[in-house]
Amino acid sequence: MKIAEAPVDNAPALPRVRFRDARIEMSHGAGGKASRRLIEGLIAPLLGGPLLAPLADAAFLEVDGARLALTADSFVVRPLRFPGGSIGELAVNGTVNDLAVSAAQPLALLLTFVIEEGIATETLEAELRAIAEAARRAGVEIVGGDTKVVEHGKADGLYVTTAGLGRADLRARLSPRSVRPGDQVLLSGPIGDHGITILLARGEIDLEADLRSDTRSVYPFVEAILGVAASGLRWMRDPTRGGVATALNELARDSGLGIVLHEEEIPVREAVRGACELLGLDPLHIANEGQFLAVVAPELAEAALAAVRAVPGGGEAVIIGEVREQPARTVLAAASYGGTRVVDMLVGDPLPRIC
Amino acid sequence: MKYVDEFRDPRLIRQAADEVRRLARPDRHYRIMEVCGGHTHAIYRFGLEGLLPGNVELIHGPGCPVCVLPMGRTDDGLALAELPGVVFTAFGDVMRVPGTKGSPLEHKARGAEIRMVYSPLDALKLAQGHPGKHVVFFAIGFETTAPSTALTLLKARQLGLGNFSVFCNHVTIIPAIRAILDSPDMRLDAFVGPGHVSTVIGCRPYEFIAQDYGKPIVVSGFEPLDVLQSLVMILRQLADGRSEVENQYARVVPWEGNLPALRALEEVFELRPYFEWRGLGFISQSALKLRDEFAEWDSERRFDVPGIRVTDPKAAQCGEVLKGVLKPPQCKLFGTECTPERPVGALMVSSEGACAAYYHYVHRMAAAGSLEG
Repeated sequence: MKIAEAPVDNAPALPRVRFRDARIEMSHGAGGKASRRLIEGLIAPLLGGPLLAPLADAAFLEVDGARLALTADSFVVRPLRFPGGSIGELAVNGTVNDLAVSAAQPLALLLTFVIEEGIATETLEAELRAIAEAARRAGVEIVGGDTKVVEHGKADGLYVTTAGLGRADLRARLSPRSVRPGDQVLLSGPIGDHGITILLARGEIDLEADLRSDTRSVYPFVEAILGVAASGLRWMRDPTRGGVATALNELARDSGLGIVLHEEEIPVREAVRGACELLGLDPLHIANEGQFLAVVAPELAEAALAAVRAVPGGGEAVIIGEVREQPARTVLAAASYGGTRVVDMLVGDPLPRIC
Repeated sequence: MKYVDEFRDPRLIRQAADEVRRLARPDRHYRIMEVCGGHTHAIYRFGLEGLLPGNVELIHGPGCPVCVLPMGRTDDGLALAELPGVVFTAFGDVMRVPGTKGSPLEHKARGAEIRMVYSPLDALKLAQGHPGKHVVFFAIGFETTAPSTALTLLKARQLGLGNFSVFCNHVTIIPAIRAILDSPDMRLDAFVGPGHVSTVIGCRPYEFIAQDYGKPIVVSGFEPLDVLQSLVMILRQLADGRSEVENQYARVVPWEGNLPALRALEEVFELRPYFEWRGLGFISQSALKLRDEFAEWDSERRFDVPGIRVTDPKAAQCGEVLKGVLKPPQCKLFGTECTPERPVGALMVSSEGACAAYYHYVHRMAAAGSLEG
């Protein structure tokens, strides 16, 4: 195995994070600031090499001249089934999407099941069927895995971990460092559907809404962008835990640039907006499982948008903002009446165990 | 979304902001306190300060329940959480509030049974489902949330539920406003009145502000247009030399309040002789406790609550920020020692806290010196 190119480091060095928390709390898994601190302050320093350093959705390896993308994911959602999907579908689509937003064509998955003693075979079989169907739709093959059973009370029915292998698309070289002021931020569709669906599916709050998880493979959209705008495609991310706000804050931080969002352009369904208003949540912090963000050079942004919209399910894609020099490392939301606010990363954990 | 979109209409917001600028006399400085933490949050969340002229200054008031609760009360609540067989429940806002030995979330990570609930009724349901446990609800909030605690207690009594109790930290807004008006530090011109509290207590209790202290107060909604309209109404009163109670939020707030809710409060609670507030000190008759008839469901009477008085960490200037003497970034710990992730003071925790709202929505923009975006 040969190590792929080291990341070009032209952004100013960031202060090193130290993990000082005495214990692991739920917020360390919520995808926001605390997760970032755990990864950068404890995991990466102990395990990291040059390939881990970019902390991207997938790692790239060159094997005998072929450039491969490798990713891993795990799924601990409660409840196992929810409107619009289930843990099995999430496992396939989540892994596929990590490859897709790394500009890699998903090829194969490994799946490991940690099964709780006592779960009905029917439940497991339903998940296996959901996995098979999602894999068929996403065009990936399940090529292996592992099965463990743990005592009753230990695994909430079923945990799934995955590994995904993809073929890197050589037309695109994605990195936060390649992002430039003036680049446009494209969003594939309405945000917050997944997180709010799970929250409501738990039945802990007396709210009902006609809402479904958005879980799906985003590769068809990525493929469409690569077809028309690969040379101007700078960065992509699927905004899962922590939402659009966290994904864009990471980009702002890693690129050293600012991002200004046109708040009124960001598509949010009525049911999601309503639930967020009632619960004091920001849709920008809510998880998605079938959307992605792409930063595209200004001259190719319209073409990229048109390409995404032409793919079935992409009709609600929109340009939500642009990259600016200032304020550095910050995401702002501007309203058309002139008010401007900072959009911060998620702090804490409003919705545990959503994927 | 009905009742939201109309009040976020960019054209109307710009018009209201123009009207504020027109009404504010350039030779005068206006100090207007928004009492409610929900308004503080809305002001930062929607970037409203940037729309106001420099001589219209908004002072953040004490209407953030988590912020005004002294640390000793959090410690008392967490002492209950550490008792064997107790499940401690609280609203999400409380979960990251620092106590002397850490927040409820940190206690949870160490093994205490701590659950976040969206309503006290959820805590009651938890008690019904776990008869072997005792469920404590850490009740907090002004008259906004107190009625739901009262109804929950009425239900607990009706069910004869023996394994549920309330650790009551409910406070009342009027004595706090009076304390602020009587404080020599505070030179205020007017108040943006609390919208949610007023849905329960109505507008009449504010009349002394207008009549005895000669200050205008306008009860306001929480959308950007609501807040700006309320400022327009205040500036008009000041221009005319009037001081009245006006209700901008009439779509939600009835002048007489919510009578069934007030009756439930009356039935369940009575005033404590005094209660400590962060920053404002002891204020007489400013908090609620359970009446004797509800002693069985009163955590403070069922358990041996330590009754700890703890001073805030020395360097933290929460009290000064709460009174509006300091702006959040003027506190020595702001943004360095004290951040939303590692809060030293409660104002950095609650979404209604002035420090958290400033940190989330303004801090980095101001630090980069580019408020204009």
